[in-house]
Amino acid sequence: MQPKTTKAQIRKKPKSGLFRLREDIPSGLYSALGFIIPAVLIFLWWLVTYLGLVKPLFLPSPVAVLAEGWRQVTEGILFADASVSFYRITIGWLAATVVAVPIGILMGNFRIIEGSLGPLISTMRYMPVVALIPLSILWAGIGDAQKILILFLGTFFQQALMIMDNVKNIDMNLIRAGQTLGFSNSEILRRVILPAASPGIWDTFRITIGWTWTYLVVAELVAASDGLGRRIMDAQRYLATDTILFGTLFIGVLGLLTDYAFNKSGLRFFRWNSDKR
Amino acid sequence: MTNNTTMPRIKVDAVGKIFDSGTQAVQAIKHIDLDVHENEFVSIVGTSGCGKSTLLNMIGGLDEPTSGDILIDGVSVDGPGRNRGFVFQSYSLFEWMTVQGNIRFALEKSNFSKAEKDELVAHFVQAVGLSGFENSYPKQLSGGMRQRVAIARALVYKPSILLMDEPFGALDAQTRGMMQELLLKVWEDHKVTVLFVTHDVDEAIFLADRVVVLCSSPGLVKRTIDIELERPRNFDIVTTAQFGEYKRDIMADIREETLKVMAMEKHDER
Repeated sequence: MQPKTTKAQIRKKPKSGLFRLREDIPSGLYSALGFIIPAVLIFLWWLVTYLGLVKPLFLPSPVAVLAEGWRQVTEGILFADASVSFYRITIGWLAATVVAVPIGILMGNFRIIEGSLGPLISTMRYMPVVALIPLSILWAGIGDAQKILILFLGTFFQQALMIMDNVKNIDMNLIRAGQTLGFSNSEILRRVILPAASPGIWDTFRITIGWTWTYLVVAELVAASDGLGRRIMDAQRYLATDTILFGTLFIGVLGLLTDYAFNKSGLRFFRWNSDKR
Repeated sequence: MTNNTTMPRIKVDAVGKIFDSGTQAVQAIKHIDLDVHENEFVSIVGTSGCGKSTLLNMIGGLDEPTSGDILIDGVSVDGPGRNRGFVFQSYSLFEWMTVQGNIRFALEKSNFSKAEKDELVAHFVQAVGLSGFENSYPKQLSGGMRQRVAIARALVYKPSILLMDEPFGALDAQTRGMMQELLLKVWEDHKVTVLFVTHDVDEAIFLADRVVVLCSSPGLVKRTIDIELERPRNFDIVTTAQFGEYKRDIMADIREETLKVMAMEKHDER
């Protein structure tokens, strides 16, 4: 039952406004804005091309970009490109993850390992992956392995450091509680540290797979005959700007979907987690 | 209550502790002697930085003294052990386990049968007043309830010593009062030796048989006061004249120490 509203209560109500620091806004508005802003931008984009303010070569109209997308769908190119790129991303990211998780966990727990690998990995992560393409070809050939190697190099170093931080961020007293209860180091590692750090690690997965997506074009830059990134690079040669724009936006959408999937599954897996993000 | 002819449960023997980071050495504890007897409840109070948590950690085996020795039932402490339970200020519960799961986890290294473990878990859930919340996750509980889980987890495997490091420091005043009464009841029902670190003088007196006041930087025992208030105690006791006297004495000691620290800091600034 709603209590009767008196004058005093009305006066006490906090000032409403959309620009209060850190305060929530209506959730409907929050979600709507996510669509409204892109819609406005697309409208402006359409307007600029419709009025002929920019030549189609420099900026094709949204309709032309969509038409290009439809062409790729009907010709079966899009699905073929997307599946081969998706495969490379998955394998590249998984390869990075499989190595980064144990290394990150060890670095987060043992100062000796952090001291040994930390400076090296911190330096390597600034390495320009594009510059390594020639070497990657020498090492891994021109097949899928080379693409996967590039995606691995673009993902691994950051990921290892972030997982180290995830592990370090857990409450030291959880470890101590495990010790006072008589558990061994390896038991504490598996049964206390790992579960405690897992929501954070999952979030690192979400962020790093986004980075793997951004390295796709770089990975498919050389010696590829298919893939979403390859399509964009080919289009460059013929100045097919509609293809470039469609491909770029499509990668963005796939990245967003991956992000969403990780986010939702994380909330499901770690329902017990009290950290609000 | 105390029987001085028997071996003390905890013997802190000329313990000193220096934290040496390689570039800087800080003396946390200069010299502490302390005997705690079986089933005694001892509170340790002092200003921040007096080394009270360090002392507790060393008794818990989570840290090592630089000099001196700590004996539990006459045996030198070498790391954490299941004869001691620990309750931390941060609730430090395993969030991915239910209330029951957290308490049961503590029994994993015990030699009880499954039926005995079930019984112990059920008993302690009830003892700390969490019946009906067995399958809740820590996230769903209030701060006071979480700390009750931590207490149950620290007692369920029957340690002879319970070490508590400002366990109620993060709770609001009302909840803290309730928790103190609950703790006393649990302690009276399951006789165990308690060492309780706090900076709340009322809390220290209300709970303890003996209050140990530590000097600030570096740690020394300034004074030990026997609290001869009747048991079982309830919260009315804090308004008695006797309680007031204890409080006045201890507050005076702590105030003196605080002033000393402030004077030292001033000196350092110059």
